[in-house]
Amino acid sequence: MNFAIDARDLTRRFGSFIAVDSITFDVGAGEVFGFLGANGAGKTTAIKMLVGLLAPSEGVAHVAGFDIRTQRDQIRRNIGYMSQRFSLYADLTVRENIRLYGGIYGLTPAQIAERAATMLDTLGLSANADDLVARLPLGWKQKLAFSVALVHQPKIVFLDEPTGGVDPITRRQFWELIYAAASRGTTVFVTTHYMDEAEYCDRISIMVDGRIAALGTPTELKEKYGADSVDDVFVRLARAPKGEAA
Amino acid sequence: MNLNALRAFVVKEFHHILRDRQTLTILLMMPLVQVILFGYALRSDVRDIRLAVIDPTPDNATIELQSRFLSTNRFRLETISKTPDVIEPLFRRGRADVALVFDPGFASHLRGVDPARILIAVDASDPNTGTTYLNYTRAVIARYQAELNAQNRQVQIVTETRMRFNPTLESVNLFVPGLIALVLVLVSALMTAISLSREKERGTMEVLLVSPLRPQHIIVGKVIPYLGLGFANVLTALLAAWVVFHVPFRGSVVLLLVESVIYTIVSLALGVLVAARTSSQRAAMLTAMLATMLPNALLSGMIFPIASMPAWLRPVTYIVPARWFIVIARGIMLKGVGLTILWRETLILSVMAMLLLAAAMRSFKPRLE
Amino acid sequence: MSNAVDVRSLSKSFGSVKALDDISFDVAEGELFGLVGPDGAGKTTLFRILTTLLIPDTGSASVLGLDVVKDLWAIRSRVGYMPGGFALYPDLSVAENLEFFAAVFGTTVEKGYELIAPIYKQIEPFRDRRADALSGGMKQKLALSCALVHRPDILLLDEPTTGVDAVSRREFWDQLGILKASGLTIVVSTPYMDEALRCDRVALIHGGKILEIDPPRSIGTRYGLPLIAVRGGDRFGLLHTLREFPHAHAVYLFGDELHYTDKRADALPEAVARELGEYVAARGHKDVEAHPIVAGIEDSFMELMGSAPAPTATAA
Repeated sequence: MNFAIDARDLTRRFGSFIAVDSITFDVGAGEVFGFLGANGAGKTTAIKMLVGLLAPSEGVAHVAGFDIRTQRDQIRRNIGYMSQRFSLYADLTVRENIRLYGGIYGLTPAQIAERAATMLDTLGLSANADDLVARLPLGWKQKLAFSVALVHQPKIVFLDEPTGGVDPITRRQFWELIYAAASRGTTVFVTTHYMDEAEYCDRISIMVDGRIAALGTPTELKEKYGADSVDDVFVRLARAPKGEAA
Repeated sequence: MNLNALRAFVVKEFHHILRDRQTLTILLMMPLVQVILFGYALRSDVRDIRLAVIDPTPDNATIELQSRFLSTNRFRLETISKTPDVIEPLFRRGRADVALVFDPGFASHLRGVDPARILIAVDASDPNTGTTYLNYTRAVIARYQAELNAQNRQVQIVTETRMRFNPTLESVNLFVPGLIALVLVLVSALMTAISLSREKERGTMEVLLVSPLRPQHIIVGKVIPYLGLGFANVLTALLAAWVVFHVPFRGSVVLLLVESVIYTIVSLALGVLVAARTSSQRAAMLTAMLATMLPNALLSGMIFPIASMPAWLRPVTYIVPARWFIVIARGIMLKGVGLTILWRETLILSVMAMLLLAAAMRSFKPRLE
Repeated sequence: MSNAVDVRSLSKSFGSVKALDDISFDVAEGELFGLVGPDGAGKTTLFRILTTLLIPDTGSASVLGLDVVKDLWAIRSRVGYMPGGFALYPDLSVAENLEFFAAVFGTTVEKGYELIAPIYKQIEPFRDRRADALSGGMKQKLALSCALVHRPDILLLDEPTTGVDAVSRREFWDQLGILKASGLTIVVSTPYMDEALRCDRVALIHGGKILEIDPPRSIGTRYGLPLIAVRGGDRFGLLHTLREFPHAHAVYLFGDELHYTDKRADALPEAVARELGEYVAARGHKDVEAHPIVAGIEDSFMELMGSAPAPTATAA
C-alpha cells in the first residue's frame, strides 16, 4: 500500500528517559492526520524523527517512501514544515520570503515568480507583497507561512501548532487551506491544542507518555470512549494514571 | 530598601552568572588570556637587527662573541669602531638598533678576577621592539657565558643596559594597568547591559517593575554581583602579570582595588545606560562595545600615547574613564605612589561615577515606555 | 466604589497602530473576568496599563480604587501579575524562582504558602528542577505560584493558557475557580473561546475594541440571525455548497459540524434548517442533518468580528 508515512515501533531514548516509546502508525496519501498529545507527551520528539532531525533509537519509519535513517536528504526535499514559533523571516518582505524558500528548495526563478503570483492571489496578499512580514496580522502571517511551506509542492506537510493565538475566523480560513491542499493530494500532519480542530482531521492519534494511546477517526474515538467531543476523549486519556492509558 | 529583596536579587544574579558556565569561563579566563596574549604579542619577533660594535682592544674573546652574534642570523654588523663616539650619530640617523660596547681588555678580564663588562645600548624609541632587541642581545651573551662556564672556566660577564630615547620603558609593565581597565569595562558595562536587556526579552522585567522594587533597587541588585566579578578579574590580571611577566607591584594593593571599584561603578553605570536605550540583547551588546570598549582601549593612552594624538582629539580623552584609571593604576603599580599624588585623577573618576550612576538611575524608567 | 477594576474610555496607540480604541469596562470585587480575543487584539496592552507599566493616551483606569498613573507604587505591591509567556528565570530552579519572587515582593514562601499550596504542591516534587526543563503546564503552575506568593488583592493573568495542552488548561481553570472562591478578583485573558465559559463575565475583544461584555451563557442570546448546525460526510464539499445557498450569511467549520448563519433575521430557524437540508440533498450530499442551535461564544465572536473592520497591522 502507498502510505505517506509509516512508522513501526519507533522509539527514542534520551539516556534512561524514553521520550517516544515504540509508536506504530501510518498516514495515507492525501490524509489530514491530527497528532495530539499533552505537553511533554513526546509529540515534538516524534516529529523531529519523522523529518530527519533526530535519529530513532529503535524502529523504522518511512516518510514519502524514504527511510528516515538513511534517506534524510530525499525526505527533506519532499516535505514542507511550518511551526507557530518559526516559519517566516519577519524582517523580509512577503515576496522575499517566498523567493527565499523557493530558492532553498531549488525552484527556478521563473517557477518562483509564477508560484508567488498564484500564492499572493489566492491569499489576497497581492497588494501587500512588498510589506515586511512583521507588519502583517498574525493570521495572515500563518496563512502565508503555510503556503510558503507548500511552495515546492511537497508530498507531506508537517504543521506544528499552526493556529496558536489566531482569531477564530482566520483559524477556519487556515483549515480551509489545509483541506484545499489535502484535496490536491498533499498529506497534512498537524498538531494543535485546539480540540475543535482535532475534529476537522480525517484521523487523529493521541499520545500519552510517549505511546500512542488512541488512534482512529474522531467519530470512532468518541464512540469508543463514549465521549461527546475529542476534547473529552483527550482529557480522559491524558488524565489517566500512568500505565493505564496504554 | 528591603534587605531581603536585595539579598535575593544578588543571589539570583550570582546564580545566573555561575550557571552560565561558558560565559563565566570566558569572563574569568579573559584577563589571563589577554595579559598573556598582549604580553607576548608585544614581544614581536624581529630579525635583521643592525649591530654597531665598539671594540677598543680587539682580542679573541671579543671577536668570538661578535661572530656568535652574526651566526644567529638575527644580527647584521653595521659598523665596527674603536671609539664610542660613533654610536650617537648612528642612533640618531636610525642606522643602528643595538650597540655593543666592550670594555678595554675584555679577554683578559674574562680570564682574571674582575668581571668582563659589556655595555648594551638599544634604540628603544619603539619600546616594544627595543625590549625585543635587548632580550636577543642578552640571550646571545648569556649563551656564550654559559658555554665558557661549561668548559670549567668560571667567567663573569656583566652587561649594562642603556635604553636610548625611552630609558624606563618596560612595555608589559605599562600594558597591565591598561588591560585591567579594558577587562573591567568589558565585564562591567557589557555584562550589565546584556543581563538587563535579557530580563526585558524574557519578560521578567515586567514582573520586576510591577513589584514594589524601585528602579534603583534593581540597578543595585544588578550591579553588586558584577562588582564582585570585576574584583576577581583585577586579581587575576595582576597575578598573571606578576607570575608570567614579573611585572612589579610597588604600591598599595588595597588602594588599587578601591580605585578599581570606583572605575567599575563608572563602567556598570554605562552598562545600565546602554541597556536603558536598547531593546534587544544584540543591540545592547554592540552598543556597549562601541560606547565603552573602543574609546577605553583607543583613547585612554593604553595603546596610543595621548601625547602623540592630534590636538583636537586630546580633549576628548578627558571624558574617557580609562584614561584616568590607567594613570592611577600605573602610578600605584609601577611608581608606588599613593593618593597624595593621584588625588586629582581619583576625584575625577569619583565625580564621573556619581554623575553616571545618577544618569543611569534616571534613565531606568519605572514603566515600559 | 466596589469595583476592583474600572476602565473608562481608554485608548493607547503605538505609532500609527491603535492598540486600544476607546475601551470601557469594570470588574466587580471577587469576580472572575475574562478578556477573550486573538493575539493582537490589545489584551496585553490593556494588562500593561492595568499593571501601571504603560500610560494610556486618553481615558482613565483604576485598579483596587487606585489610579494606574498616579498611584503607581500603591498598586504595584497589591497586584499579582503573570505576563504572557510565563516570566520565569530559565536557569533558576522551581524553588529558586518562587523564593526570588517572594523576596522581591517583600515576603517569604512560608508566609504565602497556604494560598499557593493547591497549585504549588503539584510541582513541589520538582522543586530542584530548572525552570527551562519544565513542561508548559508546569511552567504555568510555577508562574501562577510566583504571582500569588505575596497574597495580592487582585490577580492579572495575561494569556496564562497559551501553548499549554488541553488537560493542563482545564486544571488551570479549576485552580482559578478555587482562587475565586476564596474571594480573589481575577482578570484573565485568553485566545481560547471555550475557556470563556469558566468566567463570570467575558469581554470579547478584537482590533483594540470591546465587541461585547456579558456573562458567557448569555452572549449567544444576542445573536440576531438564524443559526443552523449542519452535519454530514464530505465537510469541505458541504461547506462550499452551503456558501452557495442564496441566503447564506456565513458558513464556518465548527468541530465535527458546520455552522450556517442565514441572512434573514426574521426567518424561522426550523424552516431554514429544512430548506438547507433539501438544498444540499439536491446537490448530491447524502445523509446530511441540519438543526437550529443557540449561538456559542465563538459564533458570536465571529459574527461581531466579521462586522468590525479588520485590523491592518498587528499591535505590539
